[in-house]
Amino acid sequence: MAIFLDENARVIVQGITGGAGSFHTRQMVQYGTRVVGGVTPGKGGTRLDDVPVFDTVRQAVKATGATATAIFVPAPFCKDAILEAVDAGIRLVVCITEGVPVLDMLAVKPIVDREGVRLIGPNCPGVISPGKAKIGIMPGHIHLPGHVGVISRSGTLTYEAVDQLTKLGIGQSTCIGIGGDPVQGTNFMDCLSAFAGDPDTRAVVLIGEIGGSAEEKAAAWVRDHMPDKPVVAFIAGQTAPPGRRMGHAGAIISGGKGTAKEKIECLKDHGIDVAPTPADIGATLARRIGHLG
Amino acid sequence: MKIHEYQAKALLASFGVEVPRGELARTPEEARAAAQRLGGGVWVVKAQVHAGGRGKGGGIRVCRSLDEVSDQAGRLIGRPLVTPQTGPKGRLVRKVYVEEGLAIARELYLGMILDRETRRIVVMASTEGGMEIEEVAARTPEKILKEYVDFSVGIQPFHVRNLAVGLGLTGETAKKAHRFIAGLYRAFVEKDASLVEINPLVVTAAGDLLALDAKMNFDDNALFRHKDVHALRDTDEEEPLEVRASQFDLSYIKLDGDIGNLVNGAGLAMATMDIIKHFGGEPANFLDVGGSADREKVKAAFEIILADRPKAILVNIFGGIMKCDTIADGVVAAAREVSLDVPLVVRLQGTHVEAGRRILAESGLPIITAETMREAAEKVVQASRGKVRAG
Repeated sequence: MAIFLDENARVIVQGITGGAGSFHTRQMVQYGTRVVGGVTPGKGGTRLDDVPVFDTVRQAVKATGATATAIFVPAPFCKDAILEAVDAGIRLVVCITEGVPVLDMLAVKPIVDREGVRLIGPNCPGVISPGKAKIGIMPGHIHLPGHVGVISRSGTLTYEAVDQLTKLGIGQSTCIGIGGDPVQGTNFMDCLSAFAGDPDTRAVVLIGEIGGSAEEKAAAWVRDHMPDKPVVAFIAGQTAPPGRRMGHAGAIISGGKGTAKEKIECLKDHGIDVAPTPADIGATLARRIGHLG
Repeated sequence: MKIHEYQAKALLASFGVEVPRGELARTPEEARAAAQRLGGGVWVVKAQVHAGGRGKGGGIRVCRSLDEVSDQAGRLIGRPLVTPQTGPKGRLVRKVYVEEGLAIARELYLGMILDRETRRIVVMASTEGGMEIEEVAARTPEKILKEYVDFSVGIQPFHVRNLAVGLGLTGETAKKAHRFIAGLYRAFVEKDASLVEINPLVVTAAGDLLALDAKMNFDDNALFRHKDVHALRDTDEEEPLEVRASQFDLSYIKLDGDIGNLVNGAGLAMATMDIIKHFGGEPANFLDVGGSADREKVKAAFEIILADRPKAILVNIFGGIMKCDTIADGVVAAAREVSLDVPLVVRLQGTHVEAGRRILAESGLPIITAETMREAAEKVVQASRGKVRAG
């Protein structure tokens, strides 16, 4: 098992004819994801390699039975693209695009929730269940099928952590990049509760960063609801100055809140091992689960 | 993005928010003329810089004659203003805002911000106007009123009634609060603000409500649909290297240390700063070259890092979709073109890593290589102290 995504997902790509969309469509196909179609308004009837392109998501769903979508459209059009996917009955929406206005997400989020759709992102690398499928832009080859869940607000830092795990021989059940924005479709808690119910996931790596209080909430949740699965964490931004956005829209210490220090202390207080440096994430997990590498 | 007080006030006034009458001035003569046009016998001359704490720093001067207005404007303009938020070097004052003086009865606080946890817009108010809201929150949290507004329906009259009662506003002043707060909310959502702060919000002796100060920040991601707001950007108020970085679409923040770093991805860039610090070094910057860095971008990034005169540079790349050999090509070309004269540590990992390392080795450049983040951080900290050389 895995969470959110497995080999049965029938995936379309919104923005399939764009540079990033076409490149990553091919990468996903190569990884084994069942990409059944793509959508670019005005390009309906054409193909990208073997993948048929449609004008609307509704047409794509009708013709292909798609259940999931990867969104690569430019940020100003993401609100429309997400809502179009929801309206067409897509159940898993992965929005890769960076730069979506936060008020657009405030408008979208309640609708996604009401319809029971799983939205991951925006501004994220996506989701991968190693050996089964990937929807996103992460390099597939660094992953190894296994039993550790990975949740992260970052992209390349997640690859770093996954690479460490794989090199230690520790495989992953599902890795989710929830994105670096202040309002996310899926947060740490959503992922943790899904991992808690997944018998195939035996431990979790949580990679957080400065800003907000999602890590603190996750720490309390783990203690109360998932005492049987070890969790280790890393928090980026211990050296970040207050009041500055560190690349990600959500990575900001505001009003003295959301510092790495308070997050790390809170995680430790709740029994979660925190890696002292980003180079120790894999080793910290290995130690925690008694894996000898 | 931040804007000046005078710009925020003009914008808010267009949404029906009451503000004192005022004019912008760039010289003492302009300030005097502005005061003359405004009339009355009391004026306030306010330094316009993107930093809070201007009152504490002496950037706000009350004047009782036209001579005093031009004199005080002259003392502010062209000089740095040091406030608790500017750092010791202060901010150069290029313009002042001259405002009519008011007979103030009470000073309150009003702010709006997105609350990430509830995903609502929270309206905050306090009777402790003129103070830093963080201080009030720390010392007397019970004095901060909060109303959470659901974005799908917007602000409701009951929100304002709750706030008016909490602030002790009655009669006509309470009625004026509805227009004021509704205008503020409309400005927030229609212009994609990320913060609006009125501190102080004043009640005059006549019972009017006015924004005596106004601070507005905007969601950078939404500027594409607000050309009018984007036009208010004042790059004089930004760090020059950060302005240059933004022209190349690089995410760069200047810091105080002496080890420059160039990283792909914001999370990895923060983590790289952290590990430099962990091994006893001080990062000179945050720099995320993004996911599609080509040779030009890498070169621009190097130039920006070097302009800050670091003692050593660390390049930390996790090649995912972006291949290590592509990055290595960019680094070698850039290092040649900018005639690098400080130690450079490069750590490549991920896709095509062997080819990337070969390019670095064959370049003939004195590049110090590392395989892991730990090794890279240790080496760059040593190199910054002159203890490691390539080879």
